[in-house]
Amino acid sequence: MSKMYYRELYCGSPIRFWSGLALLGAFIAIGLGSAYYMEHNGHWVTGMSNQIVWGLPHVFAIFLIVAASGALNVASIGSVFGGPLYKPLGRYSGLLAIGLLAGGLMVLVLDLGRPDRLIVAMTEYNFKSIFAWNVILYSGFFAIVGVYLWTMMDRSVSKFNRPVGFAAFFWRIALTTGTGSIFGFLVAREAYDAAIMAPMFVIMSFSYGLAFFIITLITAYIWGDREIGDLRLTRLKNLLGVFVGAVLYFTLAYNITNLYITQHHGIERFILLDGGIYTQMFWLGQILIGSILPLYLIYSPAFEKSRWAIAAASIAVLIGGFFQIYIIVIGGQAYPMNLFPGKEVVESGFFDGVVASYTPTFPEAALGVAGIAVALAMVAVGARVFKVFPETLEDPNS
Amino acid sequence: MSKKGDQPSMERRQFIGGTIAAAGAVTIAPGVILHAVADTNQRTEGASSEHRWGMVIDANKCADGCTACVDACNSEHGLTDLGRPETDAAWIRTVKLKDKQTGNISRLPVMCQHCEHPPCVDVCPTNASFKRADGVVLVDRHRCIGCRYCMMACPYKARSFIHEALSDQSVSAPRGKGCVESCTLCVHRIDEGVMQTACQEACDKDGHAAILFGDLKDPNSEISQVLKKYNSVQIRGDLELNTGVRYRNL
Repeated sequence: MSKMYYRELYCGSPIRFWSGLALLGAFIAIGLGSAYYMEHNGHWVTGMSNQIVWGLPHVFAIFLIVAASGALNVASIGSVFGGPLYKPLGRYSGLLAIGLLAGGLMVLVLDLGRPDRLIVAMTEYNFKSIFAWNVILYSGFFAIVGVYLWTMMDRSVSKFNRPVGFAAFFWRIALTTGTGSIFGFLVAREAYDAAIMAPMFVIMSFSYGLAFFIITLITAYIWGDREIGDLRLTRLKNLLGVFVGAVLYFTLAYNITNLYITQHHGIERFILLDGGIYTQMFWLGQILIGSILPLYLIYSPAFEKSRWAIAAASIAVLIGGFFQIYIIVIGGQAYPMNLFPGKEVVESGFFDGVVASYTPTFPEAALGVAGIAVALAMVAVGARVFKVFPETLEDPNS
Repeated sequence: MSKKGDQPSMERRQFIGGTIAAAGAVTIAPGVILHAVADTNQRTEGASSEHRWGMVIDANKCADGCTACVDACNSEHGLTDLGRPETDAAWIRTVKLKDKQTGNISRLPVMCQHCEHPPCVDVCPTNASFKRADGVVLVDRHRCIGCRYCMMACPYKARSFIHEALSDQSVSAPRGKGCVESCTLCVHRIDEGVMQTACQEACDKDGHAAILFGDLKDPNSEISQVLKKYNSVQIRGDLELNTGVRYRNL
C-alpha cells in the first residue's frame, strides 16, 4: 500500500471557511445567550417542569455524547481490529469524538440548575451514582482520546498506538454503558429500569457515531477538494447498515419484553399506539426515517455507489436517532408513574396519573443546537490546524 | 509574514495564562465561598441512629376537599403559589383514588416517604441527597447542582425543582433557585425537640387526626403501637425501599 500523507484541511475559498466558522460562532453565541437567559430567570421559562424534569437540552446532550463514543469506532477498527482501510481515518475519528463530546457536555452542564457549582460535581463523588461515574468517564475520555490522537500523529510514540487504542476502545464501551445505565438504573419509571438500556445505548452509539462520521467526512472532502474512493465509502456504508439493523433488533427486544410483562402494557400502549406525538415520533421518526429509509438507501442495488444515498442515509440515521433519544428521555417521563397499582387517580394536587405535557421552548433548542455547533467548530478548526485528514482517500491500487 | 511576527509575544502568553487563571478562579470561587458559609453551622450534636422518624397516615380519616396539611406545609416552609402549578413546588399533595375493580374511593396525602434505601440518595452524584442517621431524607442545598437525577429516580414524585428566584423565605427552610427540595419531615422541629410536623398539627387542629408522626424505633411510641396493632402498607412496597411513611386503610 502506498504511503499515506496527512495535511491540514484548507478550504478552497477562505471566505467560505471563515463565514462558515462565523455562522457556527453565531449559533454558539445564541445558545450561550439562551443558557444565560434560562439560568438567570430559572427553569420556569423553559418547557420543563416538575413532571418533565429533563427536557430538550438533555435530548441534545445525550444524543451528542452517545454519538461521540461511536465516532471513535472508526479509529478502533483501524488500530485495534486491524482494518487497513479504516486506519487512515483514525485521526479524524478521534477529533470528531472529542468535538461531539465537548458539545454534548456543554449542553448538559449549562442546563444544570446550578452550573456555577460544577466544581462540586468534580470534587464530591457518590460512587453509587452512575452520574458520578460518568463525570469520570467523560473527562477521562478526553484524556484517553487525546493521547490516542498523539500516538496516531507523532511517529516517536506510535509504538503505543495499539495499547492506547485498546484502552480507548474499552473506555468508550464503558462510557456508553454508563450513559445507558442512567436510565437502566431507574427503578421508579416503567420505561426505564431495564438492563438492556446499557447495551442498547452502546449499539445506538455505533450507529449515530458512524452516521456523524460519514456525513462530516464527505462534507470535509468536498470542502477541501479532496478525493474519497468508492471502496472506502462502501465499507463505511455497509457497516452503517449493520449498525442500523442492530439498533432495530435491540428496539424490538426491548419492546417485546415490555409487551410480555403485563405491568408494562401501559407504557407500551403509550409509545406504540396512543401516545400522540410520542407514537408518531416512534413510527415515523425512529422506525421509518431512522431505520427503514436508511436500510433501503444502503442496501438497495439502485443506490449502490450513490454518494447522495450514503449521505442521505447518514442524515436519516441521525434524525431517527434524535427521535429515539427524545422518546426515551421525554416520552419515558411523560408517561405517568404508577404509584397505586389497580387504582385510578381521580384527583391530584401534583399531576399524578396524567400524561405530562411538554412543549420545548426556543432557548432550549438554541442551547442544543449550540452543542452541535461547538462540535462542528472544534472539528473545523482542529482539521485546519492539525494534520488530521489524509491528502487523498482514493482506493488503494486505483 | 516574518518569522518574528509569528512568535507569540510574552504579553500574549501572559494574557492566555491570565485568562486560564481567571477561568479557573470563576469555576472554583463559588464553591469556596459556599464551603465557607456552610462551615458556620453551630449545632454540635448530630442526628442519632437511636431514632427513626416516620409517619403513619390513616386514609379513612383524610377528609374529602380538605387541604389543611398542604396549606400548613406551604406556610411552614414558605412555599408560595406563583400561579404556575406545573413548576410550583409541592412538598405534600393530596391524591384521591378510585379502585378500578370495586369503585372504592380513598384519599391520602403523599410526600417524601423517607425510605431506608432512598433511590434519590443512590443516584445523587454529589452526595447532596442524603439520609440522616435518624432516617430523615434531605437535600444539602450547598451541594445540589440541580441535575434533577433524583427527581427521575424518586418513585413517589416527591421532589420539586426550584424554577425561579425566591424571596421572603422562611428561616426554617432556606431554599434557592436551581436546587431540588422535598419534605424534610419538619426536621427543624425535630431538632428543636418538637415532636409534631406542621401537617400533623394542622390535621389534628381540623379534627381529622389522619397523620401520626413519631419514632419508629421506640417500641413504646404511639406510632409503633399503631403499626403493631393495625395492618398498614407502603406505597410501592414492591420496591422494598422500607419507607418511613406508612398508610392505613389504603
